[in-house]
This record gives sequence, C-alpha cells and structure tokens, in this order.
Amino acid sequence: MPKTLTVLLMDPPYEDERTTTAFRITDAALGKGHNVRVFAYEGAVSLTMADQAPHPNPVKGTSVDDERHPTTKDWASALFGSADGRLEWINCGLCVDERGAGNWIEGPRRGGPADFTAWVKSSDATLVIPTH
Amino acid sequence: MTKVLSVLSDGYRATVEEQDDTVLWFTSMCAKELDMAVLLESDAVNYAVQTDDVADLNLGGRKAADVPRLDRDVDALMAKGVAVSYLAEDLIARGIDESRLIDGVKPVARAELPALFEQFDQIWHW
Repeated sequence: MPKTLTVLLMDPPYEDERTTTAFRITDAALGKGHNVRVFAYEGAVSLTMADQAPHPNPVKGTSVDDERHPTTKDWASALFGSADGRLEWINCGLCVDERGAGNWIEGPRRGGPADFTAWVKSSDATLVIPTH
Repeated sequence: MTKVLSVLSDGYRATVEEQDDTVLWFTSMCAKELDMAVLLESDAVNYAVQTDDVADLNLGGRKAADVPRLDRDVDALMAKGVAVSYLAEDLIARGIDESRLIDGVKPVARAELPALFEQFDQIWHW
C-alpha cells in the first residue's frame, strides 16, 4: 500500500549536501511507489528556478558539454518525470517573492504554510530538513 | 489535533534580513492548524532573554524599519497558546541567568528531553 511522505526543504542550491540527500530520499520513495510532497521553504524555493544554467569548469579544463552537470532544477524535473503523478512540490510564496525566484520549471506550484499543515495532517510521515 | 514540537537550535540565522526568525514565524503560522510547541536550544536560547535595546541597521543611509525583537516574538507565540521551553544546560553554558528571561518560558533539562518528546506526535528539528 503506497504511503505519503511530506518533506520540507530549506537549503538553497549548491550550499549543502542535505539537498542531494533529500533528492535521494524523494527518488527512493517514488521508486518504491510512494507519494512524495515537497514543501520548499526559504532558500529551497530556488532549487527549481528555470533560469539555472550549467557552466564550464576552468579548474578541470572542461566545457559545459564535458561537465554534463545537471543543475538542481534538472534533478527536480527528472524527479517529476519519473514520479508518474506521485510528486507534488510547493514553493512557499512569500519566500519566492522576497528572493525573486518566481520563474520555475513545470511541476511546482505556489503555496504557503497552510498547505504544509494540510499535508502534515494527511501524510503518513513528515520530514523537516532544516538549513544551518 | 496533531501535536508538534519545533526544536530550534540555530539562533540569529538571517534574522535581520528577514526581520523575523523564520522558524518561529513558520511555527506561528502552523499553530493555526496544529498543536505546536517550541523548544529553544543552543544559541536559540538567547531568544528568551528580555531585550530592551536593539541597535538599528543603517546601511548606505537606508534604515531597517523593523529590526527583529525576538524576545517579543517568543512572547507573541506564547500569547497564541504555543508553549515555549528552553534547554536549561544551554542557558547555563552561555552564562545567562534565568532572571534575564521573559516570563512564561519553561526550562527543560537534557535528561527530561525523552519524556518531553514522548508528548508529541512529531518533532521538527530545525
């Protein structure tokens, strides 16, 4: 029987390993047929920004093509693509506004704490992954 | 109603930029639908200290209109019915005397944490 997991993220892109861990947990849960709801709070609203672009690496001497480096929005898109409708993602609207992060990929929607509390009440488990 | 304990360890994380502690703010918003309580630990125990004078922020001639008053935010949370406690050992470790704290915050000893956690359906550790 599929279960529903709600995950709250706070870290902006490229600041902490917690983001990758959260993506791994999400991917694993989706892979097992469960439903996952991601609430992106604060800096995490930038994870799905459509304008992210990969770059070459002058230290390694590699081009953009050589790097083959998915940005966080690419990971999020991949998770949506593999989720078969079982991934929901909310970007906290006030956090989006103050960061100018409103141009995001297909998949997330705007929301707020009321959405999170509704998810908490209707999920089997809630995982809060804070920033530091 | 789902009972949730918000454990706040990180103190003063972007509080001037945000004009809030965003975890206290989020907890306050969630208190509309969930039975919330707060435990302050580590540097966040400072939020319970009564603060009479908070310096302005003035950069390039622009002033911050609303410098955060975190002791008042804790007070406001308690006025909404959110119980706020603090880890007693962390207050002692920071040389803060209990007499400096706002009314209403309750000490919890580290040894009492398991019993405290048992009272809640969920623990959100920020």
